[in-house]
Amino acid sequence: MITLAGVHYSYPDAEDEVLKGIDLEVDAGQVVGIVGASGAGKTTLAKTIAGFIPHSEGGDLAGSVEVDGIQVPQAELADVVSRVGMVTQNPFNQISGARYTVREEIAFGLENLGVERTEMADRVAAILALLGIEELAGRSPYELSGGQMQLVAIASMMVMSPRALVMDEPTSQLDPSGSRLVFDVMQSLAQDGTAVVVFEHKLELLRETASVVHVLADGVIARSGPAREVLSDPRTDEWGIGTTRFTRAARAAVAQKLLPASTELPVSLADATGVFS
Amino acid sequence: MIDIAITDLVFTYPSGVTALNGVTLAIPAGQRLAIVGQNGAGKTTLVRHLNGIFQPTEGRVEIGDWDTKGRDIAELAARVGYVFQNPDEQLFARDIRDEIAFGPKNLGVPKEEIEQRVTAALARAGLEGKEDTHPYHLSLSERKRVALASVLAMETPIVVLDEPTTGQDARGVALIGQVVGEIAAEGRTVIAITHDMDFCAENFDRVLVMAGGRVIADGTAEQAFAQLDALAEAHVEPPQLERLRTALGWPAPVSTVDEFVAQLKSRR
Repeated sequence: MITLAGVHYSYPDAEDEVLKGIDLEVDAGQVVGIVGASGAGKTTLAKTIAGFIPHSEGGDLAGSVEVDGIQVPQAELADVVSRVGMVTQNPFNQISGARYTVREEIAFGLENLGVERTEMADRVAAILALLGIEELAGRSPYELSGGQMQLVAIASMMVMSPRALVMDEPTSQLDPSGSRLVFDVMQSLAQDGTAVVVFEHKLELLRETASVVHVLADGVIARSGPAREVLSDPRTDEWGIGTTRFTRAARAAVAQKLLPASTELPVSLADATGVFS
Repeated sequence: MIDIAITDLVFTYPSGVTALNGVTLAIPAGQRLAIVGQNGAGKTTLVRHLNGIFQPTEGRVEIGDWDTKGRDIAELAARVGYVFQNPDEQLFARDIRDEIAFGPKNLGVPKEEIEQRVTAALARAGLEGKEDTHPYHLSLSERKRVALASVLAMETPIVVLDEPTTGQDARGVALIGQVVGEIAAEGRTVIAITHDMDFCAENFDRVLVMAGGRVIADGTAEQAFAQLDALAEAHVEPPQLERLRTALGWPAPVSTVDEFVAQLKSRR
């Protein structure tokens, strides 16, 4: 569904490349996680998959970015946005400002596509229920808390049912159960065939949801593999992605010979319960 | 030393939505206080009363001997530094140094001292070498640290951080934990809103759990994270090691990796 090959990119008027040769494959129905330190190029990569680069940002893009059968950089913007949706990092900037209620805000994209009124109302109601934010429907988008605004931004994108979804730190403002809910929703979208790419610092949730994780470091993919393996790799500190306390506790226990050296290090609670019981 | 006293605070938005439903709270000078809770629980609304962005609908907010009623944001800024959740609401200058110098300049700090403060704040926020970048070319996590630095440079007795770790990578989170410790070591108060319970358990003396515009649990991290009913009501889960030791059926609470390993050892 999403295929990147040999992607290089630099911003307008910048000398240094931010992406230095990225190859990436995401199948329909798959949740793929991307982790990396600040400045590694995560948001740039997200914008490249979703077409913001080069369509609105310009710059120098080389290589192939294919989503759902079209070449994103060369395609018409309308064809890109009907295939791939992106939830940006800062929900405050994603609210359109053109609508007075949350319900209208979420319907805004469908309205622009000319979706019929009854269908629009049904789709908006379904997404409000899925994200548990029905009670916000009549509120002004500007009276919401940061986390509520983030859920509204996610709903506005999901309601469009894109074939591919790019989420740039979608849970940054959310409370723990809101974060878990968003990951559950991502998983159910994937089960319905959506290709999901999620850029996220919350390693425990990635471990529970993503089948594959890639580490982005200084514009290249430094490591790829199953989530548990990658997120407990000894180089996580070097890459600036940190580790869960589960991994750290197990590493300390191995160092003190309380666990065998061959222990498969845990990343999530379920992993850790298995290791320590 | 400036203590904070909040008494029977109620706040209702002009639309009629009540965001705070009777909050009474004493925060002694020098405390490291974390506020956790569900999205929409009233956390940001509460802290925005400390620097006068909001005025109480009912009740009273006192910053030392100042009642916030009748005082404006500019006046309260001498005592309360507030780092916004969304840096783009706070940042405006074209140059990072100007941005950070703005606060102390308004407080009437002499020119030479401003320069020292700006340099120190840049270092504390991990922004050395970024001084000459246009804020537009910084990432969200860097812009958040510029917002932090601009409040640090004001050297206020009270510093309020609204979701400081959002969008920060592991190093950024560690750096902010260090800043919290340094501010407290200078005898100043730090109040932080956070959804990162591990960050909270490791860096704060006191944890306040909010839900529905009220405080539903208040105590040390250990005490607060043991109140599972309150946490569930607030949509908050305990820190990772607390969840693990509960899943393993261990009776004693655990805050750090060292404590966890010590318990593991004693059980083997």
